[in-house]
Formats: sequence, C-alpha cells, structure tokens
Amino acid sequence: MLLFAIEIPTRLVRLTPIDIVIVVFYFALVLSIGWYLKGRANTGEDFFMAGREMTAWVAGLSFLSANLGALELMGWAGSAYQYGILATHWYWIGAIPAMLFLALVMMPFYYISRTHSVPGYLQLRFGEPSRALSAISFAVMTVLMSGVNMFAMAKVMQIVLGWDINFSIWVSSLTVAIYVTLGGLRSAIFNEVLQFFLIWAGALLIPILGLYEAGGWTHLKVLITQRASAQYVHLWSGLGSFSDNPMGINWVGIVFGLGAVISMGYWTTDFLVVQRILAAKDIRSAEMAPIIGAGFKMFVPIIVILPGLLGLAVLPEKLVPESVAAVTGGHSYNDVLPLMLARYCGPGLLGLGVTALIAGFMSGMAGNVSAFTTVWTYDIYRPFINRTGSDRHYVNMGRWTTVIGVLISVGTAYLVMQFASIMDYVQALFSFFIAPLFGTVILGMLWKRATRAGGFWGLLCGTLSSIGMWVWVKIDPSALRYVALSPHAKGLAQDMFQALWSFLVCVVVTAVVSLASSPMPDSELKGLVYGLTEVPSVGDIPLYQKPIFWAAVVTVVFFVLNIIFW
Amino acid sequence: MVSIWFFIGISLAINGALVLAAGIYQIVSPPADPVVFFQLHANVWWGGALLIFGLIYCIKFAPKRQS
Repeated sequence: MLLFAIEIPTRLVRLTPIDIVIVVFYFALVLSIGWYLKGRANTGEDFFMAGREMTAWVAGLSFLSANLGALELMGWAGSAYQYGILATHWYWIGAIPAMLFLALVMMPFYYISRTHSVPGYLQLRFGEPSRALSAISFAVMTVLMSGVNMFAMAKVMQIVLGWDINFSIWVSSLTVAIYVTLGGLRSAIFNEVLQFFLIWAGALLIPILGLYEAGGWTHLKVLITQRASAQYVHLWSGLGSFSDNPMGINWVGIVFGLGAVISMGYWTTDFLVVQRILAAKDIRSAEMAPIIGAGFKMFVPIIVILPGLLGLAVLPEKLVPESVAAVTGGHSYNDVLPLMLARYCGPGLLGLGVTALIAGFMSGMAGNVSAFTTVWTYDIYRPFINRTGSDRHYVNMGRWTTVIGVLISVGTAYLVMQFASIMDYVQALFSFFIAPLFGTVILGMLWKRATRAGGFWGLLCGTLSSIGMWVWVKIDPSALRYVALSPHAKGLAQDMFQALWSFLVCVVVTAVVSLASSPMPDSELKGLVYGLTEVPSVGDIPLYQKPIFWAAVVTVVFFVLNIIFW
Repeated sequence: MVSIWFFIGISLAINGALVLAAGIYQIVSPPADPVVFFQLHANVWWGGALLIFGLIYCIKFAPKRQS
C-alpha cells in the first residue's frame, strides 16, 4: 500500500515529525478503541444498536458527529466562500427545527416501536414492500455518500500533504473497516464522540486567528463587501428574489424546500443519524440527544462557515470553481479550509488540524458504514434472503457487510472522481430519496388513514419524480426555470425545489391511494400512529431536566441568531 | 467499562502536550518560514489549554474512580 504514497510537489504544507506523531496517534487511538470494544459486540443488540445504553450526551454528540463529514468541513467552508453567509442556512433553518421535531414528535414513535432502523419502522407501519424500497434506496445512497466522504478526504490529503489519492482512500477506509467490524455501532459511536472533540480542538483556532487578522466581525463584513458584495453577509435580506443573492435562490426554497422538506427528511428519517439516537438508553435520553445535537449544531458554523468567509476576506488569491481549478491549476472553493489551516497553523497545530479533517471524514464514513450494515442485515438480508439465521449468524453477517460496504464505498470514491462538483452530486442524492421518505414516514406517524398501498406508491412515485426532474434538468439545463419556478434560479435552488415537489408528489399519491383503499384496523396501528398510541412520559422530573425546556431554549437562541445575522 | 470521556481526556492531553512542546521548541528555534501571526505563539497557549482540559477529563473519568 505504501507504494501508492507518491508525493506531489504542489502540496500546501509539509508536516513536521510532531505533526506526523499526532496523526499516527489518532489512528492508533481509534483502532485501540475498536479493539477494546470488540468483546462487547457479540449479540445483534450490541453490534447493531450499541446495546441501547448510550447516555443523552454520547448519543447527541455522536448524532451530530456522524454528520460532520466531508460535506460539513470542506464542502460548506467552500460554499461559504462561494455564496457567503447564506450557507449558514444549512446549519440553522436547515437543521435546528428538524432536530427539535425529531426529538419531541418523532422520537417517541421510533423508540416505543423498538425498531432497529427507519426501514424497520416502515415495515411495521406500511409492510414489506415499503421497507424493501426504503432499505434498498438507503443502502445505495449510503455507499455513495461514503464514497463521497472518502474522495473528499483523499483530495484534502492530496492538496494539503501531497499524499497520493489512492493511499489516503485505502488507509482511511481500512481503519474504519477495522474499528467498526471489531466493535460495531458502539465503536463507531465512541469514535464519533472522540472525533467531535478533535474536530473542535483542531479547527477552532482558524476562526479565532482569522477574526484577529480581519479586525473583528464588523471589519470582516467590510472586507467581504469590498471583495464580493454586501449580500454575502446577510442571511435573509437578499432572499426576496432569486436574483438578489449569490446563491440564486429565494426564501420559499430555503424555508419550504430546505427547512420543511430536505432537513426534515435528513434529520428525522436518514438512518445514518437516527441510528445514533435509537441507541439511547431511555426515552428521555432519546429525546434529549437530538436537542443536545441541535444546541451544538448552531455553533458549528464557527468552524465551517466562518473560515470560508474569512478566506474570502484575507486570502490573497481568488478561489475558483472546481472545473476552472482543474484547468488553470489554481485552488478551488473546496480548498479554502486547508488553505486557512496552512495560513495559521504551525507545527503541532497543523497536525491537529489535519487530524481534525481526517476525523471528520472518518466519522462520516463510519456513520455511513455502520448504518449500511444494519439496514443490509436487518432490512434486506434477514427478511428477504435468510429468515431463520441465529443472532450470531446475523452478527457475523454484519461484520462481513462492514468490510464489503467499505469496499463498495472505495469503488464509489473512484466513481465520484468523475463528477465536477461533490456538493451538487450529494445534494441531488438527498433529493432523490430523503424528501419522499420523509413524506411517507410523517404521514405514517400522523395520519392513521394512510394505508400500506398508499405508503408504498407514495414513496415510489415521490422518488421517481425526483429522479425524473433531475434527469430532465441534466438533459436540458434550461428546464431549471420550470422546476424552481424562476429563470434566475441556480443549481442549489434546483435541489430545494426538486425536494419540495417530490415530497408533495409523495404526499398526494399516498393520500389518494390510501383513500381509495381499505383502511387499516386500529389494532394494527397501536404504537405506530398518533392518536392510537400512548406517548411515553419522560417521568416526573424538574423542569430544567425536561426535553421540552431545552428545546425551548434552543428555539429562542435559533431565532436570536437569525435576527442578528438577518 | 472505561468511559468514553476518559478516552477523550487521553486524546486531548497527549495532543495538547505535543502541540505545546512544538510551540516551545519554535520559541527556542524560530522557523525560517513562519505562519501568519507566528508571534502570538498560538501552539503554546492552545496546546496548554488542551493539555489542561484533557488532564481534567482523565482524572475525573479515570477507570478506578468510575468503578
């Protein structure tokens, strides 16, 4: 493998021995944790659900960390450079309401149904066909996402350190494969919490020193206005029209497409993140975990968006789109975070910063792999291939699936290299599967008249409509004006509106088919639908320990932040 | 079982010590091509902060203390 480690002369930085020690120590520690936990992953409940014994803090930080992958660190820093502070919407309105909704509305149903996965809930509510459709689409999306993570990490290593892209892909993927295979979900969760701390430890210095260089937030806004435009530092004031902001989107797309559909779909039905909450030890922990995650999520822009904005203000060179950088040899938007790292971080700090990037990428990859393993084993293999296996057999299947999932992801990483923009590609994937799935799950939970046929056909038609719109715009880019309802709409607007339409298609088809088919008896819906389910209480505890209290606190902070940066 | 917070303490303490050591070495032997704001010696105070934070976690969540 080391034969692949050919150095490229255009690297940004040169690691000193102390930096290499820090990176090697990180790999040794995550592997040690996997090794230490291998004796605690002998049953299916242990391997796939971490024994359902995680505290609210561990589940909440893991929930957030599983999402702190390649997109979060490099992609959104690059988006902040490209689009300005508008990228923060993906952290605030594009996350916080959905996380609170998951905690207070949906978590009780996931928890009391004792399901092991989101497709597992669909099987209970809508039957096997819906589960099969959801599980297969999730499995496809997951390995593609994992491939995106790997590719992004390998690119960073190539840019920052000059490491060969193949070397980075194989070292990181084998490490994840080893520690997830050994310790299952518990190992993934433990390492995700560790990675959460390392990400902050390694990345927080960039905004601190960057703001010092820029002369504070007020002067940073002046610099950005001079180098780009005043709209780069406003969250909402430019969203009245598609043409008034650098993203080419309007408030309808952000509020309804992103806030009400994509983020709700991602944070409440994407099993990658929901799996962490299902591992919580009790109902209060399960409700508190997403709220804790939301509290920290609001501040992640400090280490992701702010470096992108600072790059716009202080970097001497002008960054360009990926396609232009490939031709000119310059740096692309996605390079802004490593560039800022190289700007401020000397020996030691550089190793820590590089470790933070690797940790972010590996936590995302491990999240994808562990979720893929569970869905494959419990929602595809067990119901459709081998129904009669022992618990030990399924654990072994889980271990093998981890290895195979990683290998498929490696193949996907090489596939992703063919795409010009990582971000657009992944956003398209979200729109395909996540938005219709949210429509199906939320109708299943809130509307008892939704039937099995309605759920299945709604999910299928929603997914197909999303793919259809994407193909339409791919073949004829001018069709975007019809999908996003404006000739001024740009790429990200397509994703928002595509998600919105596919969600609506899913809801309408589910409703029509359900009303045309026989209702399900109430006895089959107990524990699955509001109105027929006794929602469990968090117990008689003081107000400051109740999830609803902390959800209210997070909501207030969320509104205050949006008003401050309006 | 060893607490996850103990592992985090170990990680932060060792990383902090390494960053601090690198910062002190750079004060003694300044680099020829320093980073922006080298004069602030960020690796000294940041490494020190991580070391202290990590040690607190190591002590608070030490396996013996937990058991």
